[in-house]
Amino acid sequence: MRKIVKQSFLLISVLLLVALAACGKSTETSGKDSAKDGGQAKGLKAKIGVITYLSGPGAAYGEAITSGFKLAQKEINAKGDVNIELVIEDSAGKQEQALAAAQKLMSDDDIVALLGPTLSTEMNVVGPEADLNGIPIMGTSTTAVGIPQIGDYVFRNSIPESLAIPASIKKAVDKYGAKKVAILYGNDDVFTKSGFDTMKKEAEKMGLDVLTIETFQKGQSDYNAQLTKIKGLNPDLILCSALYNEGAVIMDQARKMGINVPFVGGNGFNSPQVIDIAGKASEGLIVATPWFAEKDDPKVKDFVQKFEKEYGKKPDQFAAQAYDALYIYAEALKNAGEADRDAFRDALAEIKDLDGVLGKFSFDKEGDVVMDPTVLIIKDGKFQLFE
Amino acid sequence: MFLEQLINGITLGSIYAIVALGFTLVFGVLGIINMAHGEIFMFGAFIGVIVTSTLGLPLWVAFAAAILVTVILGYLLERFALRPLRGKQGVSHLAPLISTIGVSILLENLSHHLFGAGNHPFSNAFAEIRFQIGSITIYAVQILIFVISIVLMMALSYWLSKTKAGKALRATAENLETASILGVNTKRIITLTVIIASAMGGIAGILVGMAFNSVNPQMGLSMGLKGLAIIILGGMGNVKGAMAGGLILGLSETLVVAYGDSGYRDAIAFIIIIIILLLRPQGLFGQKTAGAGRP
Repeated sequence: MRKIVKQSFLLISVLLLVALAACGKSTETSGKDSAKDGGQAKGLKAKIGVITYLSGPGAAYGEAITSGFKLAQKEINAKGDVNIELVIEDSAGKQEQALAAAQKLMSDDDIVALLGPTLSTEMNVVGPEADLNGIPIMGTSTTAVGIPQIGDYVFRNSIPESLAIPASIKKAVDKYGAKKVAILYGNDDVFTKSGFDTMKKEAEKMGLDVLTIETFQKGQSDYNAQLTKIKGLNPDLILCSALYNEGAVIMDQARKMGINVPFVGGNGFNSPQVIDIAGKASEGLIVATPWFAEKDDPKVKDFVQKFEKEYGKKPDQFAAQAYDALYIYAEALKNAGEADRDAFRDALAEIKDLDGVLGKFSFDKEGDVVMDPTVLIIKDGKFQLFE
Repeated sequence: MFLEQLINGITLGSIYAIVALGFTLVFGVLGIINMAHGEIFMFGAFIGVIVTSTLGLPLWVAFAAAILVTVILGYLLERFALRPLRGKQGVSHLAPLISTIGVSILLENLSHHLFGAGNHPFSNAFAEIRFQIGSITIYAVQILIFVISIVLMMALSYWLSKTKAGKALRATAENLETASILGVNTKRIITLTVIIASAMGGIAGILVGMAFNSVNPQMGLSMGLKGLAIIILGGMGNVKGAMAGGLILGLSETLVVAYGDSGYRDAIAFIIIIIILLLRPQGLFGQKTAGAGRP
């Protein structure tokens, strides 16, 4: 008995030793490999970790995002300047799982940088951890306030509401010469509330006369009281921070009442569903969006065509943002010249005026987006470019 | 502006009143707060959307179909969620309340599944008919809602006080055992009550769909809670009270938005209810002694 125990102990220790040796060896060789490849200029090899929402109720986001990454990866690797390998982990839309996935990826020394996670709430826990470990991380779909401000290593390429809303207000005010506005917003939702804060700040900054601020709650069906009040004040423009479900009904009731001024909405209002629900009443809704699939730009057309061929459907905002994100990373990697986290971070922060399917892209000094969002208006039953 | 807001308030109040009428009927007879009433109302609205928008049939078919479906739902509710609990030993008096909450959750999830989560438009030619008086626009739907709520209230009052079935219903409300000894088929009366209440919910659903052009699976919950507040305000089980309570809530909500702050809409409306209840604890039209037939 004792002998057997002793022998198995020995066996286990030997196995452990072998495993340990193998580990050491493998890191060593891969390190050598990348150095060698870099020297041969066959393309700088780099591993990039992806954390995204692949299972659960929001799995469609993760699917769109990974589709965007994979299409970009294929194109970038075919060009040959850099050679990117993606290591994809599922966050299931949960903070703790996102953090676990991020820690797993960070502990792999070959991984130069991270992309994701999908949700802003996930980024709020993953971001500080990545910053602490000194690994660059970029959100492609995180729009909440304060994400890039988490730390020097945290970036994003998704346009925050605080950038999109002012752009659409400004364009609408310029076009219609609006001076008096009314604001209407859902006061029981964090997203519409923060949209409202941005609208109010922007309206005050532009010197607009805010006639009234009205609120509503999620799932409300009667907006007549608020709208009658707004109608009596006769605004030139209505700023409405609503999700499309409530927003579409608001527009319908407003038009029925005889309010014909344009509406400016936030990103939550930006959905083709508005046209389905409100029909003709949705005409005159102005929203800013980072992504417009019908844009008359060869780059956009090319991307839409390739994406449709590969996945059999039109790319949405999330796929487009992911696609551009990997191109930004590839550019930074090329400029860094080596697969090193710190060198990569510095090169990433330097990115300026990079042409992508979303438009010209730069980072500000905090790592947030500098970009002109596309402003759209609903006209003749569809979203069109608002000029 | 004031007139327009008044019309808005009366429209909203009339809808509340129709919903509350269904509530008060069930409460008056069964002493049960039917939490599934709001969801039955929501189903009526969805049937209206399907019949008019999807199938393109005329409005009266929508009303007929909605009444039919809600009657069936009302029967099933009574048969499977309320009757098995009635008169059993050791059943808590809260059990029917909980079982109707269960039905309401079931119906809400079912409609999510059947109709989808978003808002559905209620496109109908009748909903577009309007009159222009100065700067005020009045929709025919708004007048219809008000008229229907008055007609329903009067018909219910008459039915309850003058007809034989109504008297049997009131006898059942007074005391279930005594009525049953006196030859009232209480089982049938109770089923009838739940069915009538549900049909009224269905009618209200279509009217709301037309007036606000928004039908979604969550609409039942808030309407249900408001209906509950109204029957307490108006006096439990009282038909006129439900009507008056509905109008008071609808008007105060609208006027708070018009002349105050929309953020405090529900808060102020419910503070008014609390003040009225402090002054008249039995509700506006309620009797001092509980007339609801509960021990």
